[in-house]
Amino acid sequence: MRAVTVVGASLAGLYAARELRAQGFDGRLVVVGAEPHHPYDRPPLSKGFLTGDCAEPQLALSDAEEAAELDAEWILGARAHALDARGRTVVLDDGRTLASDGVVIATGAFARHLPGPALTGVHTLRTLDDARALRRALVHGPRRVVVIGGGFIGAETASSCVALGHDVTVVEAAQLPLAAQLGAEMAFVCAGLHARGGARLLTGAGVTALRGAGPTTLGGGAVTAVELSDGRLLPADVVVVGIGAAPNTGWLTGSPLALDDGVLCDDGCVTTLPQVVAVGDVARVGGDRAEHWTSATEQPRVAVRNLLARHTVETARPLPYFWSDQYGSRLQFAGRRGEGDTVRIVEGSPDALGGGGFLAVYERAGRTTAVLALDRARPFTKVRRALMAAAATDREAEREGEYMEDAARAS
Amino acid sequence: MIAVCRLEDLPAGESVRLDTAPPVAVFNADGELFAIDDTCSHQDASLSEGWLEGCVVECPLHAASFDLRTGRPTCLPARRPVRTHQVYVEDGVIHVRLATAEEGSAA
Ligand SMILES: Cc1cc2nc3c(=O)[nH]c(=O)nc-3n(C[C@H](O)[C@H](O)[C@H](O)COP(=O)(O)OP(=O)(O)OC[C@H]3O[C@@H](n4cnc5c(N)ncnc54)[C@H](O)[C@@H]3O)c2cc1C
Ligand code: FES
Repeated sequence: MRAVTVVGASLAGLYAARELRAQGFDGRLVVVGAEPHHPYDRPPLSKGFLTGDCAEPQLALSDAEEAAELDAEWILGARAHALDARGRTVVLDDGRTLASDGVVIATGAFARHLPGPALTGVHTLRTLDDARALRRALVHGPRRVVVIGGGFIGAETASSCVALGHDVTVVEAAQLPLAAQLGAEMAFVCAGLHARGGARLLTGAGVTALRGAGPTTLGGGAVTAVELSDGRLLPADVVVVGIGAAPNTGWLTGSPLALDDGVLCDDGCVTTLPQVVAVGDVARVGGDRAEHWTSATEQPRVAVRNLLARHTVETARPLPYFWSDQYGSRLQFAGRRGEGDTVRIVEGSPDALGGGGFLAVYERAGRTTAVLALDRARPFTKVRRALMAAAATDREAEREGEYMEDAARAS
Repeated sequence: MIAVCRLEDLPAGESVRLDTAPPVAVFNADGELFAIDDTCSHQDASLSEGWLEGCVVECPLHAASFDLRTGRPTCLPARRPVRTHQVYVEDGVIHVRLATAEEGSAA
């Protein structure tokens, strides 16, 4: 392989570039990124960066020394616009074309917006520029902040806003935030963090409109309130819309790649074209799309291996893992939870939220499926590692099974 | 000089965190004692809560590993070393001598 183009210059794209060099690729390496910035880390954006504990230089994922070692051409502030039929040419929005033998798709996801006219004071939080703008809106004395969406980004943003002394209300359309991720029982416990931290949480409350006043250059004026489906009006100076993210696949429409809530890949991150792999938030690997830091850093190793081998020689089904920092506590979750799994508290107590934390395991048919910890990093890691080991054994057994089936068919 | 605990209170495979500024983590790695800065050089996690394997501790947040002997990261995402500190046992009690800002860094 003589030339590889990585599209997306963030976490997964950088890790893919690193893997390409680490695995011996010495050809032309081009990394294209729509943002003008060199790769930076997103998790601190809703946490330390908003509160001011983490300065911008600390977000950098790489440095000049590594950049020199990687010997890649960085095309930043340029968006990929199309991929040709054989997946060998990436077309940029400024008309440039990049010819490659291999393509890594790492275009991540974008924050969903609410419909309606743009109002000043309304923010989403996905990029450094988003975070800079939100931070600017938060540093001038106490404001009334309404966070729409009680997911991880919403909760972390609310927590950071409370830390900055703002009056914060979180509005969640569902009866419980995070129920899909944590299950109702633990979601209920974690929802208690808002009250403990000093934010209001309104659940089962849909947003019907954002109210604005006074014309601005944007057209809709400045936000004044959030209107709820039950008619309530929440006065607001700053609104943060945290209603989830969608994969950046728009530029691939018209390419032969299969798209469905992400770029469809096999278990080895290989798309329907063997010379194109996808990693990170944009990739739906073996049926699942994760929006987690750890998947974005673990998938590139396997994806690059398969890209260089020109077909799937290794699969990547890492155990899902994510963490979240809210109101001075750290949540960690790992595993694959199913509906109906039972939850068992094995350490601490969820009643004493924050008072030493707790460790909960999810179980089905006598087996541990997932683990959740609040401020219990050490026992969490122990269970997480056991889950990783069990998953590896299962995969081994699965392969063995497939092999037996193949053997049976062959004979 | 900081007294940590009695030697028998830190069995092999265990670690303890000292509330110094900055905090320090003391490990008993298979009988050998080590002390390093407790806060991971990557972001914000306590290495005393990490996974200890031989002379290497894995950070509980994003799994960067550090060699306890040198403080150097052995894998990403950490890129900078953590400071190491001297440990010794006197009268059955573990002591740590904190490194000065210039010392203890493997950089
Ligand atoms: C505020 C925030 C907090 C988070 N906190 C946590 C956390 O605590 N724990 C956790 O596990 N995860 C967290 N995450 C998730 C984690 O950051 C993501 O999973 C990770 O960033 C995914 O990396 P990625 O490279 O796949 O995608 P992204 O980081 O989204 O990067 C994709 C890049 O591709 C670029 N791009 C898009 N389209 C194009 C195009 N057509 N051409 C060129 N470039 C393009 C984008 O501009 C972007 O720079 C958080 C995310 C956010 C936004
Ligand atoms: S904080 Fe230790 S690896 Fe990230």
